[in-house]
Amino acid sequence: MNNILRKSAAELADLLAAGETTSVALTQACLDRIRAVDGGADGGGIHAFLHVDAEGALAQAQASDERRAKGELLSALDGVPIAVKDVLATTGLPTTCGSKILEGWIPPYDATVVTRLKEAGLPILGKTNMDEFAMGSSTEHSAYGPTRNPWDLDRIPGGSGGGSAAAVAAFEAPLALGTDTGGSIRQPGAVTGTVGVKPTYGGVSRYGLVAMANSLDQVGPVTRTVLDSALLHELVGGHDPKDSTSIAEPMPALVEAARQGATGDMTGVRVGVIKELGGEGWQPGVMARFRESLDLLVQAGAEVVEVSCPSFVHALATYYLIMPCEASSNLARFDAMRYGIRVQPEGVAAPSAEEVMRATRDAGFGDEVKRRIIIGTYALSSGYYDAYYGQAQKVRTLIKRDFDAAFEQVDVLVSPTSPTTAFKLGEKLDEPLKMYLNDLATIPANLAGVPGISLPAGLAEEDGLPVGFQVLAPAMGDDRLYRVGAALEALLAKAWGGPLLEKAPEIPVVEPVETTNGVTA
Amino acid sequence: MPEISRDEVAHLADLARIDLSDAELDHLAPQLTVILESVASIRGVAGDDVPPTSHPLPLTNVFREDVVVPSLTAEEALSGAPAAEDQRFMVPRILGDEQ
Amino acid sequence: MTETLLSFEESLEKFDPAMGLEVHVELSTATKMFCGCPGDFGAEPNTQVCPTCLGLPGSMPVVNGKAVEAAIRIGLALNCEIAEWCRFARKNYFYPDMPKNFQTSQYDEPICFDGFMDVDVDGETFRVEIERAHMEEDTGKSLHVGGSTGRIHGASHSLVDYNRAGIPLIEIVTRPIMGAGEKAPAVARAYVAQLRDLIVALDVSDARMDQGSIRADVNLSLAPKGTGALGIRTETKNVNSLRSVERAVRFEMQRHAAILDGGGSIVQETRHWHEDTGVTTSGREKSDAEDYRYFPEPDLVPVAPSREWVEELRGTLPENPTQKRARLQAEWGFSDLEMRDTVGAGALLIIEETVAAGATPQAARKWWLSDLARRANDAGVELAAVGVTPAQVAAVQQLVDARTINDKLARQVFDGLVAGEGTPEEIVEKRGLAVVSDDGALSAAVDKAIADNPDVADKIRAGKVAAAGALIGSVMKEMRGQADAGRVRELILEKLT
Repeated sequence: MNNILRKSAAELADLLAAGETTSVALTQACLDRIRAVDGGADGGGIHAFLHVDAEGALAQAQASDERRAKGELLSALDGVPIAVKDVLATTGLPTTCGSKILEGWIPPYDATVVTRLKEAGLPILGKTNMDEFAMGSSTEHSAYGPTRNPWDLDRIPGGSGGGSAAAVAAFEAPLALGTDTGGSIRQPGAVTGTVGVKPTYGGVSRYGLVAMANSLDQVGPVTRTVLDSALLHELVGGHDPKDSTSIAEPMPALVEAARQGATGDMTGVRVGVIKELGGEGWQPGVMARFRESLDLLVQAGAEVVEVSCPSFVHALATYYLIMPCEASSNLARFDAMRYGIRVQPEGVAAPSAEEVMRATRDAGFGDEVKRRIIIGTYALSSGYYDAYYGQAQKVRTLIKRDFDAAFEQVDVLVSPTSPTTAFKLGEKLDEPLKMYLNDLATIPANLAGVPGISLPAGLAEEDGLPVGFQVLAPAMGDDRLYRVGAALEALLAKAWGGPLLEKAPEIPVVEPVETTNGVTA
Repeated sequence: MPEISRDEVAHLADLARIDLSDAELDHLAPQLTVILESVASIRGVAGDDVPPTSHPLPLTNVFREDVVVPSLTAEEALSGAPAAEDQRFMVPRILGDEQ
Repeated sequence: MTETLLSFEESLEKFDPAMGLEVHVELSTATKMFCGCPGDFGAEPNTQVCPTCLGLPGSMPVVNGKAVEAAIRIGLALNCEIAEWCRFARKNYFYPDMPKNFQTSQYDEPICFDGFMDVDVDGETFRVEIERAHMEEDTGKSLHVGGSTGRIHGASHSLVDYNRAGIPLIEIVTRPIMGAGEKAPAVARAYVAQLRDLIVALDVSDARMDQGSIRADVNLSLAPKGTGALGIRTETKNVNSLRSVERAVRFEMQRHAAILDGGGSIVQETRHWHEDTGVTTSGREKSDAEDYRYFPEPDLVPVAPSREWVEELRGTLPENPTQKRARLQAEWGFSDLEMRDTVGAGALLIIEETVAAGATPQAARKWWLSDLARRANDAGVELAAVGVTPAQVAAVQQLVDARTINDKLARQVFDGLVAGEGTPEEIVEKRGLAVVSDDGALSAAVDKAIADNPDVADKIRAGKVAAAGALIGSVMKEMRGQADAGRVRELILEKLT
């Protein structure tokens, strides 16, 4: 593998500035890597990408190099390629949200974050795979086939943003954008040994993000280092007048916080371990790596205490009520009238609009989506609203209060990101509830709107698979994530003698398969 | 114990305009019951004195100026249409009246 | 299916009507409710849409501040409380003209509530209580193709234009209006007419029923007389004029009465009014299953108008209708009866405009409430759509004042105006309607009339001046109406006294 692919985005920016590489060379290297390892789902490759825009990305790279020659750079990351989760609207590129119902849909507009990427000069390599409409924790619910974990091709890369995480973990792209509603950035980050951040709710524009649960969704960075996430977060974040729920106040200085943290000095930082997130029932290797990371923080000067957030035991149920309710309404627009596929009902001579709607939605939505739409429809129906959705909104208040109380005592809260390491493909497909348990630790942050980061904490000894360490901060306190995250990252790298991903097994090269949804060059 | 019967699932699928086959109904109903039982665990957790949080942010009064912003062209608007005629979206015959 | 009706009188003997009126007002803001698209009437299909009003995946709404302002002003003018804090809610249902398959509206937190409007009907004042006024968005428009006369039944497919989708609507809902008895149809009509005038005075909407910028749905139920209960109600849509409002209420009263009197029960449903045949027909039955599953719109944040802002807006209200009517009545010198007739005919505004164009109030009233009202009735349209403008009415009266034509001939000028034959002057010219001013011709006709009616002439010579009327009639007939009756009278008297 071309060594340049291992570099972080920050390092690549330096190399570009020093004239030691060009954006075209870099982008081509990524495209070559994608062709080598991504393959169609059938081809046995990673299948992180649903669509690759080689021509477009190279043209954008070319333009970047030209700008650089003229000294007219658009941003610090000008020329560094990036992959975008297929849930974000991109003009000229399909946006399927991992669903059949949007097969081939090419939006006539760009999401705000995509516009910001373009205005910053980052070539967009393509769109990454995901659980259908972001509903899932393994990317197995993609209508276009699963993505495989670069650490073990028989295992899941996490979800819903498994594609973005796998792309970055497999060195197909130095950067990716993901979205997180209940952990869809952080949990894949944990099981693939990469970094993922869910910003404060409202910190990054949702305009152009196909909504799953509007009051929970956020766009965030997926990278290999904490500094890279800070750079990307600063680039795409900030107020957007097109998003009524976006925060007007400027973000705190994230990159600066990451650089400060990288010194590894944690003096005076109060760290709270969430009692309810960990312990019995959690994979021993996960807990072991977690505790070791805590020890490193203590050694670096942090004050670690245990904090109880008793409402967190209800977080899963609350989430799996609020989210389906909002999603059931959000997905009503997919009715075969204005975009997406149109399916005719079988054996009906002159079908009505209603009949076409019903047939299309049955054919176009997968099982998990159908389950959640029905649960959501149920919980919102008259007679049930107060008991379910209404009640869930109240429990949400309790969870928020737990966070508020905790943050009076500590600066950041921590937990393992996920109860287990990456499980095998197919292992949890038959029991939805089992799948939902993957989100235990990540969900509370979405409910309260607070930011969170997951960074690699090591490998679990029982299976040699990555473990994630989660840091949570109060709303608008995203800088704390980067300070503590960067510190821990530095301390761990020292302990390991290098980045964790160096330990990842070599990914076999695949024969590029010309599947309809596969890699195009 | 909350339970979703097969009939109820059929009714909900109807409300959600999804044409579930018999096999799907058989398959989904028990799964949904399990999920519902699990989420029903929050009943009674929060008392009447706890206000609901519909929004993590305490924002209010976000407005925009009443000023025209360029729209999509008709071509762009219709670009995804499964069927179009006369610069309009062509949809199959509609039964029943508007609301 | 022809409906059986009980007579209006019998219906009232046995039952008390209760009405509810839901009026939707399309705001005349420059842009839509949740996006910056224009909402201009008559644009090419699908040229005034964007990701938000088209409901494209990923799109998001942003509230039009001007629409909120309009909503508050409407509420204040209706004596409503203005909410200190309220939210938008999603009303979920599927229909191809709805881009998101939910309407962003307001549910249990309307921005305005608990108001009233005093409505005058034949000298009696009815206080109509306003339950609420809230903000919502309009849907797209479907053209039904392949059936007969563009109706939905029998159509093979539909063509949808989303230009209208997202235009701001304010929905105003009354509490049940009870105790109006036989005046119920008139009260309903007067309420809509007055509400419309109010909206126009606020300058927030064109409020044209014929253009759909104000729409009324009429709810009606009957209860056995004297019980004070509320019966099962039906909702009637497609009520596109003031006249239709009145007729629809009346029809439904009679229809309900016939059913209840026969021991049957009313089907709770939405009905469709047909102005041409004067009946309502059954629409889709309001199934119990239309559960809208309302919940607060998560993409929008609450609207919390400060009390300062509300008071500021209160200062921008025009005089209220009662004040305005009193002022106009004084200015115009109308009697109470004349004023009542004017308001009842929904002619207040149009007379105001005609006076502004130079006519006297009496002349304006003369035309609008007689000849033009008759034409409007016959054609089944509003006064505003009769085909004659206030400026034209003023011009016609000017011609009469100048004695170029007389009142009778003026009616033919109106014929010409409605037919689009040109300006009043042009029509007089083209149709040769000018009154003959040549005294010579008139004199000859008068002489002839005198010669043909010697007895009458004698009477006049004897001093019975009133008898001149018969001779005038004769001369007018001879002149085919194209003579100034006043001048004819003068000539007759000159010659005979």
